[in-house]
Amino acid sequence: MTPEALTGGFADAPVQAARAFRAALDALSRPGVIHTVAGATPPAPLSVAAGVLLLTLADATTPVHLAGDHDCPALRDWITFHTGAPLVDAPSAAFAIGRWGALAPLSRFAIGTPDYPDRSATLIVEVDDLSATGAHLAGPGIKDHAHLSLPEVAAFRANRALFPQGCDFYLTCADRLAGLPRSTIVEAC
Amino acid sequence: MTDQAYNFAYLDEQTKRMIRRAILKGVAVPGYQVPFASREMPMPYGWGTGGVQVTSACLMPEDCLKVIDQGADDTTNAVSIRKFFQRTAGVQVTEATAEASVIQTRHRIPETPLREGQILVYQVPIPEPLRFLEPRETETRKMHELEEYGLMHVKLYEDIARHGQIATSYAYPVKVEGRYVMDPSPIPKFDNPKLSDNAALQLFGAGREQRIYALPPYTQVVSLDFDDHPFEAGKAPHDCDLCGAGESYLDEVIVDDAGGRMFVCSDTDFCASRQAVGHRGRLSPEEV
Ligand SMILES: [Zn+2]
Repeated sequence: MTPEALTGGFADAPVQAARAFRAALDALSRPGVIHTVAGATPPAPLSVAAGVLLLTLADATTPVHLAGDHDCPALRDWITFHTGAPLVDAPSAAFAIGRWGALAPLSRFAIGTPDYPDRSATLIVEVDDLSATGAHLAGPGIKDHAHLSLPEVAAFRANRALFPQGCDFYLTCADRLAGLPRSTIVEAC
Repeated sequence: MTDQAYNFAYLDEQTKRMIRRAILKGVAVPGYQVPFASREMPMPYGWGTGGVQVTSACLMPEDCLKVIDQGADDTTNAVSIRKFFQRTAGVQVTEATAEASVIQTRHRIPETPLREGQILVYQVPIPEPLRFLEPRETETRKMHELEEYGLMHVKLYEDIARHGQIATSYAYPVKVEGRYVMDPSPIPKFDNPKLSDNAALQLFGAGREQRIYALPPYTQVVSLDFDDHPFEAGKAPHDCDLCGAGESYLDEVIVDDAGGRMFVCSDTDFCASRQAVGHRGRLSPEEV
């Protein structure tokens, strides 16, 4: 384990996790709203926002999948030390992290079962740009409609078609995040 | 000041993470009951331990918390829960609906419209709307999976056959976004229209039954009914005797040994705020 794996966690976990959770909760409750979070300084290539989400939500009971470049020793050590989450392959993951291309195809991830749709994976998608522009969003949490810069539209439409099963998403970019629950109806703009 | 014998907001971090994950699943699947591992809380189940656990998982130091019981901020239950979080989370508290960022409630939705960013946490005794039709959890889960809600409609229709109307007046079942039938907790059906298209996030916690569910802001919620017997929210044919409000939910209060009675808003903050700006009802004290 590298020395840097031991740093970069929450300095005051109860309070920082509480604030981070509220940002994550509001983001998933109101798709299209972008929040700025703080408190984690994970090793590259993990963003601050993705690091904050993991510190807030992951632990020994939530297997994590690292996709593509995110599957590197520094990050494996950091997640293991700070969360205790087991690192697993895609089908077993409660949380998966990576860039959009590395996470594909989404059919690898758990979508829950018809009687327990909550037994599904949450995907943390690292993006280069995050703004309230682009794809047209409607559904629960959205007053009329909203917009969000999604990496594509078709995969999110296919995911919505599985409702109430499906994956939920966070998009992370540096210290900012947005949520996209499976309930959101996505259309190209 | 927070009491340092406890973790922030009482629950340990691992428990809060587990509850937080369940809340997020609830948000993602509106109206679906997410199982969670309820913890012992330093209060009896009847005191809303499900709501308390959800509130504990949500609170941050910057919050301003309001707690109501049947619309009132000053009952033993509401006061105890408010003090509990003042002590364990150090949050500010208020009785004013508009000032609160988090509101924990037992059996009412505040009259004052909620706004974006607010969270309303319901204490839920029985989260399963189909439980009285089918006691087995495996069966009710199957019914939700297959959207087999015919029995619920039959039950409501039996009300009509027997009473000429749907007699269910509390915990009146709703359908969320055309998918899950949900128990809104024992709020009066008068409050049901406020469930739908609400700007606030609504979270429901059932401690003994270990379920969490949610309605994100602006979720569409419909009270079950029939074409020939549409849902009616119902309203007592009175105005509030203290503030004169004509559109609020009223409690009947016995005022003397002779059986005298008055009708007052169950939402004490709403009623007091109206009186404070000069509204008067039939039995308001004379101005001095
Ligand atoms: Zn009144």
